[in-house]
Amino acid sequence: MSAPVLPASLVDNPRLDRWIRFLPDRTVRIATGKVEMGQGVVTAIGQIAADELDVPFQRITVLSGDSDEGPDELYTTSSLSVEVSGGSVRLVCAEVRAKALERAALRLNCSRDELSVADGQILQNGAATGQDYWTVAPEIDLSQAVTGTAPVKPVSAYRVVGQSVPRVDLPAKVSGAAFAHDVLPEGVLHARTLRQPSRGATLESLDEAAIRRAARGELQIVREANFVAFVSPVESVAEAAAAAAPRHATWKNARRLDPVQQEAAWLEGQMSDDRRLGAPPSPTPPERLVTATFSRPYIAHASLAPSCAIAQFADGRLTVWSHGQGMHPLQRNLAEALGLPVESISTRHLHGAGCYGHNGADDAALDAALVARQLPGKPIRLQWRREEEFGFEPVGPAMLVRLHVDIDEQGRPADWTSEVWSATHVQRPGNGTGYLLATEAMANPPPDVKPFDPPEARGGGGTRNTVPIYDVPAHRVLHHLVLRPPVRTSALRGLGALPNVFAIESMIDDLAARAGQDPLAYRLSILSEKRARRITELVAARANWSARGPAGTGTGLGLAMARYKNRAAYAAVVAAVTVQETVRVDRIWCVADAGLVVNPDGARNQLEGGIVQAVSWTLKEQVRLDEHGIASLDWESYPILRFSEVPEMEVELVDPAGNPPLGVGECTVGPTAAAIGNAVAHALGVRIHDMPLSRDRIMAALLKG
Amino acid sequence: MNINLMVNGEARRVEAPETTSLLEVLRNHLGLMGTRYGCGLEQCGCCTVLVDGEPAHACTREVGTVAGRAVTTIEGLGSATDMHPLQQAFVDEQAGQCGYCLSGIIVSAKALLDRNPRPSRADIVTALDRHLCRCGTHQRIIRAVQRAAETLRNGRPS
Repeated sequence: MSAPVLPASLVDNPRLDRWIRFLPDRTVRIATGKVEMGQGVVTAIGQIAADELDVPFQRITVLSGDSDEGPDELYTTSSLSVEVSGGSVRLVCAEVRAKALERAALRLNCSRDELSVADGQILQNGAATGQDYWTVAPEIDLSQAVTGTAPVKPVSAYRVVGQSVPRVDLPAKVSGAAFAHDVLPEGVLHARTLRQPSRGATLESLDEAAIRRAARGELQIVREANFVAFVSPVESVAEAAAAAAPRHATWKNARRLDPVQQEAAWLEGQMSDDRRLGAPPSPTPPERLVTATFSRPYIAHASLAPSCAIAQFADGRLTVWSHGQGMHPLQRNLAEALGLPVESISTRHLHGAGCYGHNGADDAALDAALVARQLPGKPIRLQWRREEEFGFEPVGPAMLVRLHVDIDEQGRPADWTSEVWSATHVQRPGNGTGYLLATEAMANPPPDVKPFDPPEARGGGGTRNTVPIYDVPAHRVLHHLVLRPPVRTSALRGLGALPNVFAIESMIDDLAARAGQDPLAYRLSILSEKRARRITELVAARANWSARGPAGTGTGLGLAMARYKNRAAYAAVVAAVTVQETVRVDRIWCVADAGLVVNPDGARNQLEGGIVQAVSWTLKEQVRLDEHGIASLDWESYPILRFSEVPEMEVELVDPAGNPPLGVGECTVGPTAAAIGNAVAHALGVRIHDMPLSRDRIMAALLKG
Repeated sequence: MNINLMVNGEARRVEAPETTSLLEVLRNHLGLMGTRYGCGLEQCGCCTVLVDGEPAHACTREVGTVAGRAVTTIEGLGSATDMHPLQQAFVDEQAGQCGYCLSGIIVSAKALLDRNPRPSRADIVTALDRHLCRCGTHQRIIRAVQRAAETLRNGRPS
């Protein structure tokens, strides 16, 4: 018999005790490298463990993101936590359960087949034995490597998985301290930074006396090359110093930008790495070519809290508390940036505001560590300023997508080329493809990043969801990875999926119109994928699609569908909109297929959240630039969707039909944007190709129409 | 200087310049960490507290201006183990994802329900429109406020 293929997380962290420990208070501590960001992963992992161990959910605690004691599972990204970490926890728990039964059988001098577990107690032929996990645990060697050979439970035996167990972290968050930001160790010093305006800029002068006058209190100024921090026992003193500092600092070689660079259209013609994926160039000239260009601008993660970290450097050891998305990668990145041995650094996750991708969290951790190293023994709480989070976090890249579709005599796509211009979607620190921000301010900054986008085997970045789910005989992608974008770009919920699905599903509606067909009927006529057909038909029924009115009346109904990454969860969305001078999304219907769902209400919450965020991106959001950098630095210059603008929603998950779990955090964003685009086109009788669907663009479209 | 405050029903005395923000006093002097910093610009609502029953932005409110007034923070409603019906309703509706915006929103909802025990959906939207939520849990939040209003009308203690 060949050895089972273990998930990557178990290959990297084979020891059982990296994942599970039985604690003296009769609880089980499960550890995961994935971290809670408001998506409910800690609760879901606990549910999986409870089922596989036959231990009540209340006896499970989950340690999440701890470089000393937990497994290294890289970053918490790509809707993969339940699939990868959950799958690993399941195998570990099955194996430990089997070992516990073996030990108990020896103690009880009986056959293992007579034993079972209920509520953590070991039963013999259904009767209590006085043995349980905690009595036999001392005899189980958890330093052994997992083999993955213990059988896991069949889905039919799940009791906790599949239930909407309430989130374990929510009570604290509605009542008091709950976040990294809320940690104030004894003797804490508050820190704020003066940011290097751009890579390569050097600090020519800093009027420290003027800054001290503005700070009006006890202040230390920490400097290391072009990194500056203001430190005080009084938070408002550090804040006042940082607020005044830009006026008293002169920089040399700061980069100058042109506001034209904020538009996706600027990307075309810039220096790029170009590749072709998929079908070779078509040998015959197109007969009925349809071409259209779509775009999405730079958008911000716009976390509700500025990034924050706590760091302490004592006796040669650095401990950092952070709300970043991966504590082991952070540990390695800090070691490299600070020139410290990895073993001398401990990184621990604490909750933060939702990040939806790579924001300032990791960068704030290095900032705090730089200050802590200069002030040994002192706990340092470093918080970014609001304008710093908007101005210096990596942003989601602008994208330009041009589709060239050759259609056959029936109006169906015969040959499809997706041409994508985008900067990289991932500059997470590590491997030379990204750096912690303050490393650029050090005396010896790291070399320029190596342009890199996630490979298609991992879903791609700019190419994510470029392949239409429809029956298309020939498809190819021309990917232009733009090398020198004006701003730092990195991962934001769904990467390229949103612009690509927006483009594809807009094109499909336009092709339906050319063929004189209803958008739903046209889709179904070129869609063989069964799971996709099912949700498309269902969402149309829920939205009463057959009663859809004529185009150009000011109200519209639009449909869109995609399978995230072409391999994860499916989502179909119908949007109802009213368009006057602006677009109002009145209602959204969504049907998703995520296979087996660990926590249905938690999954619905994620689907809803993805929808609302996508409505916000589609209608309102664009990062703006001026000559100094990012110019949208507060919530007035970067407005997001408000209570009065959020649509009513009906969200439904279909029966899993025996399919394995697929993450749901990102699957709704593309279909939501595209459904809105199609609904607006229906309402106006003319299409808007560029996001956001702003007042100016509606006016321009109406004039053109 | 010394400033006397009434916070969550308790007389508190803090030593701070009177221009210090109420937010800094609550968090760093009194250890009440449920009131959160979001923007410092009165734009996001994370720092909302009640001053004499009315919602106020603690980030810009100078502590000197609330001397002698009643300040209510999220901790004044209830704790994780002894929740106010509003807090309980947010848990029951799972009305949150990251949760960073929630304490300010719950405090604003408290002010709304205190003056209007039977708010319409539009009343709730209007009262909460000064708050931002980035995770997109708005509809759940509205349902939670409706649920709490019903619980409170049915006579549960507040």
